[in-house]
Amino acid sequence: MKDERISLAHGDGGELAHRLIQDIFVAAFGHNDQARFDAAIFPAASQQMAITTDSFVVNPLFFPGGNIGKLAVAGTVNDLAVSGVTPLYLTAAFMIEEGFKVQELKEIVNSMAAEAQKTNVRIIAGDTKVVERGSMDGLYINTTGVGFVNEKNLPRPEAIAEGDSIIISGTVGDHGVAIVSARGELGIKTEIDSDCASLNDLIRNVVENVDGVRIMRDPTRGGIATTLVEIAEDFGVTMEIAEEEIPLRNEVKGVCEILGYDPLYLANEGKVLMIVNPSDEKRVLELLREHELGKDAKVIGQVTGKEKGRLHLRTGLGSTRRLNRLSGMMLPRIC
Amino acid sequence: MLELLDEFSNSELSRKLLVKVKEAAQEYIHIHGRKPVFMEVCGSHTMALAETGVKMALKDHVQLISGPGCPVCVTDQKSIDAMIKLADGDNRIICTFGDMVRVPGTEVSLMEAKTQGKDIRIVYSPPDAVRIAEENPDKEVIFLGIGFETTIPVLAVALKAAIDRDVHNFSMWMTTKLVEPILRTLLESQEVSLDGFLLPGHVSIILGKNQYQYLVDEYNIPGVISGFEPVELLGGIYKLIRQLLEGRVEIENDHSSVVTDEGNKPAQLLMETYFKTVDEAWRGIGIIAKSGMDIREEYARFNAKNRFNIEVGEPRKTKCRCGEIIRGLISPEACPLFGKACTPIQPIGPCMVSAEGTCAAHYQYMRED
Repeated sequence: MKDERISLAHGDGGELAHRLIQDIFVAAFGHNDQARFDAAIFPAASQQMAITTDSFVVNPLFFPGGNIGKLAVAGTVNDLAVSGVTPLYLTAAFMIEEGFKVQELKEIVNSMAAEAQKTNVRIIAGDTKVVERGSMDGLYINTTGVGFVNEKNLPRPEAIAEGDSIIISGTVGDHGVAIVSARGELGIKTEIDSDCASLNDLIRNVVENVDGVRIMRDPTRGGIATTLVEIAEDFGVTMEIAEEEIPLRNEVKGVCEILGYDPLYLANEGKVLMIVNPSDEKRVLELLREHELGKDAKVIGQVTGKEKGRLHLRTGLGSTRRLNRLSGMMLPRIC
Repeated sequence: MLELLDEFSNSELSRKLLVKVKEAAQEYIHIHGRKPVFMEVCGSHTMALAETGVKMALKDHVQLISGPGCPVCVTDQKSIDAMIKLADGDNRIICTFGDMVRVPGTEVSLMEAKTQGKDIRIVYSPPDAVRIAEENPDKEVIFLGIGFETTIPVLAVALKAAIDRDVHNFSMWMTTKLVEPILRTLLESQEVSLDGFLLPGHVSIILGKNQYQYLVDEYNIPGVISGFEPVELLGGIYKLIRQLLEGRVEIENDHSSVVTDEGNKPAQLLMETYFKTVDEAWRGIGIIAKSGMDIREEYARFNAKNRFNIEVGEPRKTKCRCGEIIRGLISPEACPLFGKACTPIQPIGPCMVSAEGTCAAHYQYMRED
């Protein structure tokens, strides 16, 4: 078992496929009832529902602070949570390269089950495909998430106004640096763990107690700068964030200095950006900081106007410059 | 070390320094009727001045001109085409620095070659390419070595590793550049009129402070060696203005915690052991005698120029004005392509690609629309 590898036969619907599903997926996700049918049936209340889907292709599959499985659950849970939705059910589809170690698959699936249990969502349907060696890179996972909409908890982006506060739930760039480091290609080794985490608990605590949340986003790929630029453009507001206020681990700062990366553009997988009514700012910070995942929460800026759809950064010198979408990928510099 | 960085990026300190720099600049303007004009030689300075907001904060007080210190920007288009052409052959792995992969060639960039199935890899440290060669004994691994004196010793370390471990399938294609010949060329051309140089801390770690004495002795122009944090940038500019106000012409070392008078001797020795000075072609300038380094004859088997027969035609002509930008003659906004036909996503010239390029710095950090 230890050295067993996935073969094309694991994906052909025969005995091996049956065993893979029973021994790994059903065992981990514990959905005996649903697994007997082609579709999972689940109860729903008579209210609005939300659905989201995301595919995960991270390299390496295992990184400090998590793996692709944990990421695939947390990522989809977070997309629902930042929309003000209570995540309930997930589906999970696995594309596996022939030759993939069964033991590693098991580890990944077990962390998905653990993360799902922790966040109180159930994985109720799934699929497995095996493709020939060389035609993909290891393992890809797609998860689709369904949740209930509670009208009272929905953010109200139409109410964004001048003076609104911009809050981040913790340090930025941790996931990006953890991945760069785990790839080992650039000879950079750090002790930084990815911040990969499900945020539904943290977010629920805020939206159930405060009415003034205008919008929430999880700043994944592209980092907080890209996410805020998108908000600025989508809702036609001008915002300013202050360089000095943005929480940044020393190790992340150090790696960025060395490689020439900008932490504002590095991915996060366990952070939420919130724009809130300034009168709720203090309460939101308190609520976030009550939770382990929000203990470093900070106000990093304000909405400064309603017209132009721009994001500005106030530097330590007191001058401001415009932040744009990243043009092309970030590449390590020469010197 | 990280606490050290914090100290140099300390905002309160830099805001106070900014006031001092402005006051000194006003004094100069009062006497001379114009702003003092300084050139930052190095691309990393160009980026840091834009990113930290120093250049913007000083725009009415000091004119900062970006110099020829961005390695890919100064590389002649024909050399770039030749390096990209190397990817054409089968069974090759091309390793290079991040900046190189997106530089447009006359036909394609290395990034485009990669999408066509070529094996192009970004490494941060050249010795990694030697390791890749050892791991892939049936492939030819070629490192594209560009850079100034900051990078050349590391290229020597990679070559030394390949020689010591007898890595047959590793070679390097070098188009490196040296600081002194280009500064002399700029000063002698008298195309730009400068009051001083902001000299790069990291190159100076290798070269040492004394190496710049020719600026004072032969050209009567001052220089200050500076780091890259806001406090260091402002401190360097302040010291340059003070020299002008006090009528001094010196090379000052504002980075003396890491830059010595003599520089890094072991690194200099490494360069001399494995490389010799050669004539190099510079973008927009042409060939400058003894302005670069290439592999010595003894190690010619590791020189990709000997190993592969690469022929390229004349580069495609574009309206790109990179050549004038790296000579400090125009600012990026004066180029008709800037921000329109030429953006970091669809770059026409290397100055828009490189993380140290003047156009990229202006586009990313100083653009309002």
